[in-house]
Amino acid sequence: MLANYLPVLLFLIVASGLGVVLLVAGKLLSPHRPNEQKLSPYECGFEAFEDNRMKFDVRYYLVAILFIIFDLEIAFLFPWAVALDDIGIFGFLAMMIFLLVLVAGFIYEWMKGALEWE
Amino acid sequence: MTNQDILVVLPEIVIALMACFILVLDLYLPATKKKKFGYGLSLVTLMVGAGLSIVYSEPAPVYGLNGLVLMDSLSAILKVGICISTGFVLVYSRGYADARGLWKGEFFALALFGVVGMMVMTASNHLLSLYVGLELLALCLYTMVALRIDSTAASEAAMKYFVLGALASGILLYGMSLLYGLTGTLYINELSASIVRHDGSTLPRTMALILVLVGLLFKIGAVPFHMWVPDVYEGSPTSSTVYLATAPKLAGFAIILRLLADGLGSLATEWQGMLLVVSIISLALGNIIAIAQSNIKRMLAYSAIAHVGFFLLGILTGEVSGYASAMAYILIYAVVTLGAFGVILALSSKGVEADLIEDYSGLNQSHPWAAFIMLLLMFSLAGIPPTIGFYAKLSVLQAVVNAGMTWVAVVAVVLSVIGAFYYLRIVKVMYFDDLATSHPGLQFRPKQDARILLTINGLAVVVLMPWIGKLTTLCEGAIEVLF
Repeated sequence: MLANYLPVLLFLIVASGLGVVLLVAGKLLSPHRPNEQKLSPYECGFEAFEDNRMKFDVRYYLVAILFIIFDLEIAFLFPWAVALDDIGIFGFLAMMIFLLVLVAGFIYEWMKGALEWE
Repeated sequence: MTNQDILVVLPEIVIALMACFILVLDLYLPATKKKKFGYGLSLVTLMVGAGLSIVYSEPAPVYGLNGLVLMDSLSAILKVGICISTGFVLVYSRGYADARGLWKGEFFALALFGVVGMMVMTASNHLLSLYVGLELLALCLYTMVALRIDSTAASEAAMKYFVLGALASGILLYGMSLLYGLTGTLYINELSASIVRHDGSTLPRTMALILVLVGLLFKIGAVPFHMWVPDVYEGSPTSSTVYLATAPKLAGFAIILRLLADGLGSLATEWQGMLLVVSIISLALGNIIAIAQSNIKRMLAYSAIAHVGFFLLGILTGEVSGYASAMAYILIYAVVTLGAFGVILALSSKGVEADLIEDYSGLNQSHPWAAFIMLLLMFSLAGIPPTIGFYAKLSVLQAVVNAGMTWVAVVAVVLSVIGAFYYLRIVKVMYFDDLATSHPGLQFRPKQDARILLTINGLAVVVLMPWIGKLTTLCEGAIEVLF
């Protein structure tokens, strides 16, 4: 019974071993020249520690929303592409309609100038 | 997947694709043609949607898309009602929205996407499709309220509507998740049988019922979840108010009927008591606070709260005749409210909102025809005999009395009499007060199509009276097949 878990144990050993080796090797072999910018915490272009009620550009939202739409589209397309043989012409058309709706939204956003970063 | 799956949702598919098409077309057409094409195409789309809903309707439920949606007479009637009332909204809004720069592709696209959401709500047989339809409608409504970007009142109204709407959606979803946990099914037609099979404590299912009910009551604006209604009605441009005051009520009726009467029908004794309290305080609060209003849009908002209370009376009888009377009530209410907002829209001109009751003083002297139509509509809202509004109230009260709740009917009548005061005050202001001199005065200059439709709408309130019994027969037939 327990023998079934041997691969898991091996995986844990290899994974943690590899992690330790890479970190130690990086520490020993790489040049070490820290400066303030390198050591400061990184957070998406904003200062990490300040008043959180600050103004920021609404275009962040527009780009982020557009990104999420097409990101999810990819998540839909992968299983669809794999299963295309089974779902036939109906599945194909359903996805085309879905893409059509997304493209309509994309054209709208583009033509309205929401992607201009000026 | 079969052809039947597509036929069940064909009207929704057509309207959704046309909405996308109108949105994109609006970007490419020259400015002079934009309005004409968008308007014409939207009206044609709505007519096609209504036509398809009739042509492919089946009396008994036909399920499609793995049972996510269904098609029956109930959904067919309500879909036709939603399409037609949205068509009326577009016709009435044209002059008003055009003068304020709101008459653009987004308006048509949002109205049509909202229609798709409402149609999915009326046709849903699954908690998730119901929720998706509800959210599609809600997002369109939030945006339409905020459409007038230079108005702080509109932004404030949209913000309130959005925050409270999101909260209500969350509550509704939580209730649905509890229902799923208790029954193991999301299909509305299976809920009723599964939920009574659950043994042990009744607390979880009562909890689920309360959460679902709170979400639904919020969406239709019943007391004590009505806080958003007056602010949203008053703050949003009237062209959006007329939309959110009419068609969504039909869809709201559909989801209440499907979820409470059908899906949770086995818990009827529990929700009847809750609805009884809600409908009586809605009637009381709506009718009494409306008296204090000086803004006619705000007054109609409180009137909407009172009317919601009235149609809930029909639902809480728990009988087919009660559901049918509630359905007839909400259809008649939509027709009359469309007309009332239509008059307000027609009297508004560039820079004049026509939303204060004092603006209407002496309207009979300057514009007798507009005053007469408004008189008919106010009589109908108050429920005065030769109008269809009277019939609507009568059939609900009859159902309530037949269900053995005579005292509820008495309370409803008393509160309606109190409510008649503020409708009749509009009539008094229009007919017996002197012409307003403090401001430029109202101009009744609707576009030609709006003028014709408004006349038909106003007269229909009286002329349809002999045939109104047919509406109840139709509603009863649609609801009988469900039970």
